[in-house]
Parts: sequence; structure tokens; C-alpha cells
Amino acid sequence: MLEWRRRREPSKAMLYLSPLIAIGLTMLTGMLVFGAIGYDGLRAVTAIFITPLMEPQRWADLGIKAAPLIMIALGLAIGFRANVWNIGAEGQYVMGAIAGTGVALLTHDMTGWWILPAMALAGIAGGAAYAAVPALLKVRLQVSEILSSLMLTYVAVQFLYYLVRGPWKDPDGFNFPQTKMFSGSQTLPAVAEGSLVHLGVPLAILLAMIAWFVMSKTIAGYAVRVVGRAPAAARHGGFDADRVTWAALLAGGGLAGLAGLFEAAGPFGQLTPQFPVGYGFTAIIVAFLGRLSPVGIVFGALVLAVTYVGGEIAQSTVRLPSAATGMFQALLLFFLLATDVLVRYRLAWKARPAKVAP
Amino acid sequence: MTAAILVSIFMTLAAAATPILLAALGELVTEKAGVLNLGVEGMMLCGAVAGFAMAYSTGSVPLGLLAATLAGVAAAMIFALLTLGLGSNQVATGLALTIFGIGASSLIGAGFVGRTITRLGPLFPADYAAHPWLRLVFGHDAIVYLSLALVLAVSLFLRRTKAGLILRAVGENADSAHAIGYRVLAIRTAATGFGGALAGLGGAYFSLALTPMWADRLTAGRGWIALALVVFAAWKPGRLLIGAYLFGAVATFELQAKAAGLSFIAPEVLAMTPYLATIVVLTMMSQGRRTGGRDAPACLGKPFPAP
Amino acid sequence: MSAIITRRTLLAGAAASSALPLVGARAQSPFGVGFVYVGPVGDHGWTWTHDQGRKAVEAAYGNKVKTSFIENVAEGPDAARAIRQLAQAGDQLIFTTSFGFMNPTIQVAKQFPKIKFEHATGYQRAENVATYNARFYEGRAVIGTIAGHMSKSGQAGYIASFPIPEVVMGINAFHLAAKKVNPNFKTKVIWASTWYDPAKEADAAKALIDQGCDVITQHTDSAAALQAAEQRGVFAFGQASDMKAFAPKAHLSAIVDDWSGYYIKRVKEAMDGSWKSGDVWGGIKDGMVKLAPYNDAVTPAARAAADEVQKGIVAGTLHPFTGELKDQKGVLRLKAGETASDEMLSKMDWYVDGVQA
Repeated sequence: MLEWRRRREPSKAMLYLSPLIAIGLTMLTGMLVFGAIGYDGLRAVTAIFITPLMEPQRWADLGIKAAPLIMIALGLAIGFRANVWNIGAEGQYVMGAIAGTGVALLTHDMTGWWILPAMALAGIAGGAAYAAVPALLKVRLQVSEILSSLMLTYVAVQFLYYLVRGPWKDPDGFNFPQTKMFSGSQTLPAVAEGSLVHLGVPLAILLAMIAWFVMSKTIAGYAVRVVGRAPAAARHGGFDADRVTWAALLAGGGLAGLAGLFEAAGPFGQLTPQFPVGYGFTAIIVAFLGRLSPVGIVFGALVLAVTYVGGEIAQSTVRLPSAATGMFQALLLFFLLATDVLVRYRLAWKARPAKVAP
Repeated sequence: MTAAILVSIFMTLAAAATPILLAALGELVTEKAGVLNLGVEGMMLCGAVAGFAMAYSTGSVPLGLLAATLAGVAAAMIFALLTLGLGSNQVATGLALTIFGIGASSLIGAGFVGRTITRLGPLFPADYAAHPWLRLVFGHDAIVYLSLALVLAVSLFLRRTKAGLILRAVGENADSAHAIGYRVLAIRTAATGFGGALAGLGGAYFSLALTPMWADRLTAGRGWIALALVVFAAWKPGRLLIGAYLFGAVATFELQAKAAGLSFIAPEVLAMTPYLATIVVLTMMSQGRRTGGRDAPACLGKPFPAP
Repeated sequence: MSAIITRRTLLAGAAASSALPLVGARAQSPFGVGFVYVGPVGDHGWTWTHDQGRKAVEAAYGNKVKTSFIENVAEGPDAARAIRQLAQAGDQLIFTTSFGFMNPTIQVAKQFPKIKFEHATGYQRAENVATYNARFYEGRAVIGTIAGHMSKSGQAGYIASFPIPEVVMGINAFHLAAKKVNPNFKTKVIWASTWYDPAKEADAAKALIDQGCDVITQHTDSAAALQAAEQRGVFAFGQASDMKAFAPKAHLSAIVDDWSGYYIKRVKEAMDGSWKSGDVWGGIKDGMVKLAPYNDAVTPAARAAADEVQKGIVAGTLHPFTGELKDQKGVLRLKAGETASDEMLSKMDWYVDGVQA
């Protein structure tokens, strides 16, 4: 008989290996399941997980899709490490985009290098201010940030609907619910002439590097980790849990807001009701996929981006329905969460063999 | 506005409230045991599609309801296996369960799009069920009565029975409950399963009673409202009933007002009210907590044993 | 694995073809036609009708074409990616079937000047981007005529999504036709603020019925309103496809979208090189808008009147928007005998008298 045994120390090897095991198990299960219901399982799995990586034409798509996920997940991971469960990043993402778009609409007739930075600052401020609500409720009134941040997400999305259908509706847009297109000074430039990749993609990587440095090399990062692991010890050490809560939520909200602004000023070029596509929720998955480490998050976001892009390839080549992409993502997450147990436990033979055979 | 319209409005209102009430009641029990399952929408969709598939294939709505309940339990068991069996994070697992439910229901339902069944009818004979005003009481389908009975049952169970006390103890302080000798994980698994069963049933209310058909994402986000409702109700079944019917009333009156040519509030403002109201309730509850009242289960969302 | 390798070789060929004329193996390979859908093909509404069109293309040309589609594509950057993916996979004609795909279609079309694009319901065109839409308002005029005859209360309920010109002109066309039959006709509109929420659509229908409407029609995607009408014993119409199965008694007729004729024609033109950009707005005459068979309950007088309207529209003697026409505020929109131009229709943001919106 096999049994789980708790490891004395979390396994470093398993920390990095378990995501790979999860991806492998997802591919295997997906192949079997979709094979069983009449699709070419091998081709489906190849199209979803391999083809996007093999075709250089798809790499730009991967970067564009991964960038907002990286930025949001970085902020969330800081909170998760400190035991602050901000699950309302989607709302902060939307609010950041709204604040930045507000600046864009005010400066629509102007030109200048300063407009885009001003929009970015507004994006950060919008996301952070929206995350300040759960922070305040948590610190002052002990209201669970899980619930308050989730509720606020729906409020933000409705607020967006209100703006694009009402006051911010493009007067020349045939009454369609959308804002004006941003001007050239308000649009994120591409990294190179003719490239699809906008400036937000390298910035997301840069932010990951900064986050890695802050979390692993500075006192502030240490404080976050200590408060998360041992609140009582942290208090003795003079770290203030309330301040960490504030910092984690503001950082998470600010990064989500910036990601929202980049998406609005980059690929979208305007705000529409279709703007929220769930990046804030997907980023939670990415944060776990990346084991809450900045470097891991970059890879986690890439894996998710691969499943989105690959899902479309599988649709057009293997006729796999789009629902299957969701199934693959859910399976991936299930296996990932399941294999997490390998970090803390190991499988071992029971010391005493069973006395009687069944 | 005539009496007939008021009666009709109440019937619509009750039908709109019922699936949310069911799903929220299940989640309430789950959360009382200390488990936060954000996958309500996913479980509802699993129930909706399984219920319709079974009812369409066999021609029996009761069998459909049974299948939906079981499908909800099955989905909840995936969640239980991961969070309770393997100690995974409840927030992430719940979100994954929703993604899973949307995908799985769409795949299973693909063959049933464009079909319909005879919807679940009133429980009582037409003499009462179609009566101008007696139908206020006797005109509903079986699930409406079941949901009301379940509110009472859950309320009594939590407050008056030993099992209910144990369940709450597990949600309040899992370590102490374990120390006394209660099987924390088994109790939480059962509570999660109950949550899944009611979410599945609530989902099936859409595909078997409200709009007897299957189409992708049929529940259109009601699972999230159910989650908000649990908090809004401060984890009390009686308040949940009021909250669900309040929600149904606001939604129904909005449409009635529009049909009568009145529009006094932006639909977006109305759509955000349940969530804003929930935040307000959360805030008020925490004020009450300082003066001794306690509502949210203390161990909500926390893994056991602690990692 | 071999299939994948073949596809990759094909892709290399596609990349080269943007610079070189097509030669060799490509000439024998089937003509690629791609579709980008906003909803799932299983929505039994808008996307489903386009997918029926895609299947008709396959049936018409067999091995000569190879169709592919990507469903559930969010409007925005995801759409640009999906369109680009089909273009890079070698599709030579790509249909993008939602208004929100407009900017992405134009954007991708610039990168692929050799590939032809068709965008449904939009207004931006290019050398290689054509637009097409159906004159659904013609169908609305027919069902409005039936509603005018069949309604006893003289009140119809209209469940609408958002006040964009497409929806507004449908409401007006429906009401004007009903008013011709019954001068006191009222059309009550509920804005559901969603394209798709079956339970809400059903509740909206019930609210309208409670307020005295005995004919229900909708410009939202599901059949839920029909089911509610069936349950309450009033009449209703199907949307996008024949929805009789959902409401055998209530379903008087339906406006059926039929894209197959247009798709078959455009694919042929793209294959033989005669494809040109342009704007096609097809109606009943072109077979793009059809009426589902009338219910047995439709009275002979209503049938005759509805047929008359159809014939008039096909012959060009009847335009649903003919003056003298005043809007709700009393502003004269069309002089006596004048008909609405397409430009006026595509910008319509006013309601005719008798509409309660």
C-alpha cells in the first residue's frame, strides 16, 4: 500500500517539477477524453499545446495574451504570499482602464509625449484606488477581502457598461456602445516597426524582474513573506500586518490597473463592453501555476496564452469546439492544484505491509 | 395595476428567486462548514445540462431533477477531492470548477441545442393552480415548495440539531472540532456535496422549469449572485429567503416598470445593487461583530489541516 | 503527427505566397474559407445561422473548398488574433460575422492584401474588405403586419437588446406595419440590456404580457420569450431561425436569416477571381431574409396581408419606411411619398409615434 508522508521540508525539486507533471497529465487526459468522444485526440493536444510554440507567427500573439496576465498575477502573488486574497483583480483592471480612458478622452484633441504616461499613471491610480476599498474594509472593519473584492468586480463591470452606453459613448459611433478610438499619442507604440507586439509586453517582463528583486532581495519583500507565513512572529519582529495588507492590495490593484490601461491603449484602442475578458480571474490561475514566484508567473502566463492561442488552432484544424479549450484549462488547473501536494508530501510504501491479502 | 397583474408579478418573482435561493442555500451550508466554493456557477451549469439531457432522453422531468442533483454533487466532489483531499487552495479550485462547468456543460449540451421539453408544471391541480388568486399559494411548481421547505430544514438543522452544531463547529474552529474527535474532512466533504446538490438543482430549474431548453451558459451568471446572496444574508437561511425574493422582486419590478413605460433608473445601476448591498451588509456585520455578534464562519476558506 | 507536418509545410507556402504568385501544389489544394463567430455554433441564433451558411458552402463545392471556423471569439484583440490565424493558415476568403469584429478585420486585412475579407453588419470597407448585412427590417414589416391582424388588445411587446440602429429600425418597421393594419396599435419595448440571458428574456416577456400585450417579438438571441408566450397563451415570433419547436402554438412565424446564398456566391467569385469589395444589403428579394411558414392560427386575412407586404417588398413597390413619417417628437422625418434612404436607416436613432421605448 502507498501512503502520503509529510515532507520535513517542502521539496524544491517538486516545486518546479509539479507544474510540468500537471501539464503532462493534462495532455494525456485531454488526449484520452477527446479521443473517446470522437476527436483526433493526439492532433487536438498537439494543436493546443505544441503548435503555438512551433510557429514563429504565433509568438507575438502569445506575448500579447500573456502580458496582462503576467502583470496582474505579479500583483496578486504579492498579496497571496502575505495571505491577502484579492480576487477582485478583474474589477481593478477595469477601473484602471476606465481611469486611463478618462484621461484619454480629456486629452483627445491634444498631442504630446506626456499623454501616454499620464494615462498610465491614471491607470495605476484607478486600480489602486479601487483596491483600497477592500483594504480599508479589511484593516478597519475586518471585512473579508475575498468577498468584498469579488463583489466590487461586478460593480466595476456595470460601471464600465454605464459609461460606454451613456456618457462616454462615441457620438460618431452609430449609437454603438463604445468610446472613441484613442489617438496616436494615446496608443501604446509597437516594440518595432510593423510588429504586433506593443510596449506593454516587454514592460510586463521588466516588471516581473523588478518584482523578483523586491520580493527576494529587499526587507519589504521579506516582511510580506513573514506576515503571510507567521503573523504572530511578524508582530514580534515589528512588521505591521495592516501595512502589509495595504501594500499588497495597493500593489495588486495598481498593477492590475496598469494592465487594464495597457490593454485599452494597446490592442483595444478604445473601451467597449467586451473589454473585460476575465484576465483578472485567469491571473489567479497564473499566479498559482507560477507558484507565486515572479519568474514562475511569466511561464505560467505563457502556458495559459498557449492554451488560448492553441485552442483556436485546434478549432480551425481539428474542429475541436471552443468549450474544449475551457476544459483543457480547467483540467490543467485541477492537475496543477492536485500535484501541489507533491511539494509538501511524498508517496511512500507503508512501513508495515498489510497482513492479509484481500 | 390590477390584482391579477400583482398575482402574476409574484409568480414571476418567485420563479426568478427560486434557483438563486437553492444555489445560495447549498453554498450557505458549505460555507458554514468552513469551505468557500466559488464554483457555484459551474455546478449550476452541470446541473442544468445534466437535468435537461436526462429529461429530454427519458421524457421524465423528475428523473432530470435527480440527474441534475447528482451532477451537482459530482462537480462538488471534484472540488472536495482537491481542496479537502489534497489541501489545494479553495479560491483557485472554485474558479477552476466554474471554468470546468462552463466547458463541460457546453460539450455535453451540444447535442441538445434547439430542443425543448414539457416544462415542470404546477404541483397542485388546475382548480387551485389556475385560480385567479389561490394560485398565489397553490400555483407554483414542486421546486418552489421544495426550496421553501429546504430553507426551513436547513435553518432547523443548523440551529437545533447536534449534527448542525457539529457542522458549525467545524466551520468556526476546525482544530478544536478535530481535537474533540469530529472528522473535519468528512463533515466538510458532506457539506460541499450538499452545496453541489442544491446548485445542480438550482441550475436544472432553468433548463426544466424557467426556460425548458439547453443553450450555452444558460444560467447567465446567477451563480455569482447566489454567492453574493450568502454574504448578504449573513449566513442565515431566513435572511437568505428574504434576500433571494428581494432580488427576484427588484428584477421583476424593473421589467414591469419598463413594460409600463416607466424608466427611472439606469439598468447598470440596478445590476450593481445586489453587489453593493452585499458590501454594505458585510460592513454592517463587522460592526455588529465588535459588539459580540458573529456571522461569517471563522474558518471560511482556510485549509485543514493548516499547511 | 504527419498531418501537422503537412500543415506546417502548407503554412510555409502560404507565407511565401504573399510575395510570389501561386504555383504547384497550392493550385490543387482546396480553396480555404474561414469564418469567425462571436457566439458558439450551438447558440441556435445568430452564430448558428452563419454556420448553416458555412455548411451550405461545403455542400455546394465539396472537395473544392475547405471551410474552417473559430467560435466564441470575443470582440476586440482576440478577434484580430483569430482572424490572423485563419489568414496565416491559408484561408483565402474570411467571413467575420459580428459588428465588433470591424476594427480587427480592417486591421488584419491591411497585413494580408491578397486575402479577401467579408465583414457582416459593419460600415468600414477596403480594397479587400467587403461588408454585407441583411434587411431584417423587411421581415419585421411582415411580422408587424401579422401582429396587427392577430393582436386583440392592439398591443405588442418587443424585447430589445441595445438601441443601435439595427434594433431601432426593426422596432420602427414592425410598428409601422402593425399600425397600417390597426391605427391605434401600441408597441411596448423592454430594453433587456443583453443579447442573451434566457431567464431575463422570459421574465421580460411575462412582464409585457402582464401589461396587456398579446403578441411578443424580440431582438435578443434565445427562444425563451417564445416559451413564455406559449405558457401564457399569447402569440410570438421566432428570431433568426424557425423556432416553432419551442412554441408550437405561439409561434406565428419567424424572421429567418439565410446567409447560404450569399456565401455560396461570394466563395465562387473569390475562386474564379471576380470577387470585388463592396457593400451588400440583401433582403427578402435576395433570399437573405425569409419568413418561416405561418402557423395554422394565422387568419386568412392576416396571411393575405403578410403575403401582400412580401410581394410588395420583392417587387419594390412597397418600402417599410414610406412618408409621410413623423417621429415621436413630431419631427417630420420623411415627406409624403418619400422612402427612407439606406443611409437614414443605418443611422436611425428615433422612434415613430406609438412606440413606447
